[in-house]
Amino acid sequence: MFKSTKKMNKNLTIITLLFTYLFRKIIRISKKKKIVFLCSVLLPVSVFTQQIEVCKTCPIKTVKEAIQNAAPHSTIKLKDGIYKEYDILIDKPVTILGSRKAIIDGNNKGYILKIVADSVTVKGITIKNVGRSYTSDYAAIYISKSKHFVLEEIKAENVLFGFLIEKSKKGLVKNNHIFSNAVVEAGSGNGIHLWHSDSVIIENNEVHNLRDGIYFEFVTNSKVINNSSHHNLRYGLHFMFSNNDEYHNNEFRDNGSGVAVMFSKNIAMTKNKFIYNWGTASYGLLLKEIYDAEIIDNTFQENTIGINIEGSTRINYKKNNFISNGWAIKIAGACYANKFNQNNFLHNSFDVSYNSKLNDNNFTNNYWSEYTGYDLDKNGVGDVPYRPVKLFSYIVNKTPETVVLLRSLFVDIINFSEKVSPAFTPDNLVDKQPLMRKIQ
Amino acid sequence: MLKIFKYSFFDLMRSRWSYVYFVFYLLIGFVLLFLNNDTSKAVITLMNIIVVLTPLIGTIFGVMYYYNSREFTELLLAQPLKRTTIFLGQYIGVSFSLSLSLVLGLGIPFVAYGVTQSTAIFDFISLLLVGVFLTFIFVALAFNIALSNENKIKGFGYAILLWLFLAVIYDGLFLISLVLFQEYPLDQFSLFATIFNPIDLSRIVILLKLDISALLGYTGAVFQKFFGTNIGIIASTIVLILWVLLPTFRIVVKAKKKDF
Repeated sequence: MFKSTKKMNKNLTIITLLFTYLFRKIIRISKKKKIVFLCSVLLPVSVFTQQIEVCKTCPIKTVKEAIQNAAPHSTIKLKDGIYKEYDILIDKPVTILGSRKAIIDGNNKGYILKIVADSVTVKGITIKNVGRSYTSDYAAIYISKSKHFVLEEIKAENVLFGFLIEKSKKGLVKNNHIFSNAVVEAGSGNGIHLWHSDSVIIENNEVHNLRDGIYFEFVTNSKVINNSSHHNLRYGLHFMFSNNDEYHNNEFRDNGSGVAVMFSKNIAMTKNKFIYNWGTASYGLLLKEIYDAEIIDNTFQENTIGINIEGSTRINYKKNNFISNGWAIKIAGACYANKFNQNNFLHNSFDVSYNSKLNDNNFTNNYWSEYTGYDLDKNGVGDVPYRPVKLFSYIVNKTPETVVLLRSLFVDIINFSEKVSPAFTPDNLVDKQPLMRKIQ
Repeated sequence: MLKIFKYSFFDLMRSRWSYVYFVFYLLIGFVLLFLNNDTSKAVITLMNIIVVLTPLIGTIFGVMYYYNSREFTELLLAQPLKRTTIFLGQYIGVSFSLSLSLVLGLGIPFVAYGVTQSTAIFDFISLLLVGVFLTFIFVALAFNIALSNENKIKGFGYAILLWLFLAVIYDGLFLISLVLFQEYPLDQFSLFATIFNPIDLSRIVILLKLDISALLGYTGAVFQKFFGTNIGIIASTIVLILWVLLPTFRIVVKAKKKDF
């Protein structure tokens, strides 16, 4: 019994030795013929990502057909040409590629692409003529409950909604050009519309002549970078109930009423440009019920109101430029613990408008182009405090019609007397350390 | 009339005050542009100066000229000349020389700094036009005052008071009435109130030119509709012309009846 086990042990060792020898040999061979070995490994995968070509003369002539025939994770290549199709349902993970001349024309009926699967990529194609409706949200691309979607280099023309993205996660929307010819708000849609989504990156897009350029509702952890949104009927960017988002380096020009950010927390806005939002009810940026935001390095130029602030608390405004606006900052009420530091206020008709006598906001170290004080100790900080709220802006707040008297001699006189002894404007709303030189 | 106009014009051109006035505008123009270097910004600053200063200079100069040249006027009256031609000639002479100082004094620095290439050229031209209008209006008003008052001190007093009223007090009353009656629709009222004051009218015409129209907001919709369009510009120009013509007409009537 004992002897037999010993024998077995001996046998086992021989077998293991043999195996290691064989294994080494295999590795040596595979090293020599590496390419062949790798190919043999990858072969089944390339069979897996089959490519389907679609064109007028190909076996598959329509996009719908291609999607029906496609295996998951395959690529559909649209050759140049016009495909008159709409309501194309994409219910499996596919990649649709094409050039700008590959045009899907919806013939003004319904949605064009409806994506309901994960990992769908659409790249390079042109989509045009989405249906018009007052009851349905027809879109060039509609995405619902999808993860890892990519929309890239798409041109969407004459759309109701551009991209309508719902309940989706981890997507990328990049280098697209979306435009339409919106005339009335009720009969038009948004360029990039996100609802209930998370972790989406919107980068380098151009959206114009729509209702809202970019629209966010219940969207979290998303980024809006380097986009240009202009000539939209309502807002360049519209932000509702969306927390922890960022937007940087965007340009919002000439929109109906600028950019609106409402009911959101923890938002970072840096290096954006808000330009030329002129009109009777227009502003560069509207903040309503915003908490804990950072507004840094932005430029507000030639807007009727640079920033209109309502009920917003704990916001840092830093290093922004306010140039030639009607009102640089209009504070409507219930705004507490905001900090305005190192901003440039240049040639605005009114620097700050404030409607109550209570002030809990901090204005320090800003540059005010209308500051007339002196700096005797030459430390770059003016020795006389600056009062950004003038009596006239207080009066205009109370009786808007009085703005007719802007720049008249009488107004200059009453402003001066208020400056000397403040009676109506909050006496602690003052920049105690106004800068003598513009911040570069 | 042309001869009288020429006489008063060259008489004024030789006078020291025309030069002072001219040099003053020249300096303001250069200093503004030197400090700002941006013609469109300078136009805004200039508006404040023109709207207040041209009426002041116009009234003072008009009254002064009338009282100073009284003996010469009496000499002219002894000649076989129509009274209308004498007074109108003098009036146009004074207004024209003041306007010339204004246009040249501001025109030279702005042209030198390249206003003709900038987008502000139309704003600048309308600014000068308004300045010229204001000069004509206020010289006419000054002549009216001087014709009605033999007493120099009284005349000067009224002239200064007129300027003070239209430049400052009127706006004050306007503001108070707007604040008092804020419960009522005030659009029409403020429109009329501005028409009755040439200084306000010119200020608003320029403001709307400088694209501050949007500031007026919903409440100023009537304003924007009125002044923002071509009709508004034409209408306000007509009102300014009326402001010149009516006092001038009174000069003629008054001069015909006046006993020297």
